[in-house]
Amino acid sequence: MTTAGVGGRGAVAGPEPADAHAVRAERAQFRRHAPAIVTAVAMLGLWQLVVTGFGVPTYIAPSPVQVAQVFVEQGDVLWINFWPTLLEAMAGFALGNTIAVLLAVWFVHNRLAERAFYPIAVFVNTIPIIAVAPILVLMLGNGYAPKIVIAALICFFPTLVNMVRGLKAVSPQMLELMRVLSASDREILWKIRLQSSLPFLFAALKIASTTCVIGAIVGEWIGSNYGLGSLIIEATYNFRAPLLYATVILGAGLAVAAFTTTSLIERRVLKWKPGAVF
Amino acid sequence: MTPAPAVAAAPGAADIVAASAASGGTAISVADLMVRFEGAAGGVTALDRVGFDVPEGGLVTMLGPSGCGKSTLLRAVADLVPIGGGKIRVFGRTPEQARLARDFAFVFQDATLLPWRSALDNVRLPLEVGRRDGDLDQYAEPEELLALVGLRGREDALPHELSGGMRQRVAIARALVCRPRVLLMDEPFGALDELTRDKLNEELLRIWRETGTTIMFVTHSVPEAAFLGEKCLVLSAQPGRVREYVDIGFPSPRALGMRDTLEFVQVTAHLRGLIEEAQ
Repeated sequence: MTTAGVGGRGAVAGPEPADAHAVRAERAQFRRHAPAIVTAVAMLGLWQLVVTGFGVPTYIAPSPVQVAQVFVEQGDVLWINFWPTLLEAMAGFALGNTIAVLLAVWFVHNRLAERAFYPIAVFVNTIPIIAVAPILVLMLGNGYAPKIVIAALICFFPTLVNMVRGLKAVSPQMLELMRVLSASDREILWKIRLQSSLPFLFAALKIASTTCVIGAIVGEWIGSNYGLGSLIIEATYNFRAPLLYATVILGAGLAVAAFTTTSLIERRVLKWKPGAVF
Repeated sequence: MTPAPAVAAAPGAADIVAASAASGGTAISVADLMVRFEGAAGGVTALDRVGFDVPEGGLVTMLGPSGCGKSTLLRAVADLVPIGGGKIRVFGRTPEQARLARDFAFVFQDATLLPWRSALDNVRLPLEVGRRDGDLDQYAEPEELLALVGLRGREDALPHELSGGMRQRVAIARALVCRPRVLLMDEPFGALDELTRDKLNEELLRIWRETGTTIMFVTHSVPEAAFLGEKCLVLSAQPGRVREYVDIGFPSPRALGMRDTLEFVQVTAHLRGLIEEAQ
């Protein structure tokens, strides 16, 4: 076969040694990220200059150095409050996304269920999460439960919408092929639909990985004496601006870490090229 | 029925041809077939009183102006379209019974591969789903089939790493894995460039000779229909009716060079004339 060998040979790298290739790739990556790094450092420097140059009081805006000091001197306070938020965000992420995926599977196989529940899901999504939070605290008390539910609620909707679309994103021809093979709905779900929904699911999970942290923090604002959310409230009322800024940065760091982890998992799971239709 | 693993096994194929020719039965019989599509603005009759037979081991191509229902006809045989009247039998069975017994396999215009599965795992798909009444041992070895379609060594390639022609080869291997008695092909090479298409036409004839499978092949290319078919069913449009069931008497095995002969041009001219009248 003349066509058979062409693709395979083309994929082999040129005569260049492998380590030189790696060094070049590293350099290219640095060059890509350099503008963002330089800009960030410059902005931090400007912030420091403005705060010290104009003598801005610490309780209005702390300087980057003062915020950094909080991480060193009050690190234990930050960490003690970090873990509950991490736990709530992760539990909420798992709960909200699991329910969303299961509902999506049900909707795809039962049009009546979709017609009955989809509008309600849309309605629930339109209620501001800030308004739901007190209701949940009244219902579920002061522990982890309301925070987890709020984090779950905020994850739920994007995943539901994306997953329903993903499960339906199977080409009509593929369904015809499965019919010719007399495949059952269950086989179509496991062999075809779930796999082809993965790009959609991961798009939703990436959104959820950051919003679940927001959900947990919002939950902690209302009736809680632990967690990053409660620390934000406490620091604000006591004019401890450096602590407030440090808490916000830690919260953002958590969301970035969650997003990066999800992206890494996506890259490992999705080895094929989504979007291309064969 | 065992597909020979060798790629160029034309000499050994002679006895398979003899065997299928000797059996001489009817693989597919269609009589008085009617297919209607009900739409919001009234129904459309896609096929009207269509009747013909496909001999066992035969290769019948189907031609016609676009919208003549040749794809619909193939889909009706494959139990993908409900029939409004008449009768279809695949080796004496209704389309549904034939589908459940895996008597036929279908090849679409797009390869319809699962992009996350390797070529080999795509060929294996029919063995993993559906009712498996028969013994799995009766089925062909996926590795051997990939070799049969000329993809030895590309078993682990993902679909996006293969060319369009190679993907269609995988689709053909997948169709053959359950050793179907009938192969239904709906413009399988329609999306390929001409050179790839010529190559696959020749290979399809080789596979047909080696496996003895009955083939129904829908195309919109007149030379393709004449080159591949022992017979060519020409349909007229709106509603789809049989215009003529043409015997194409070229000897087997056929080579691509045959298309430059006067006889071949006469046949294609005749087919083209029928299609133009049918429009």
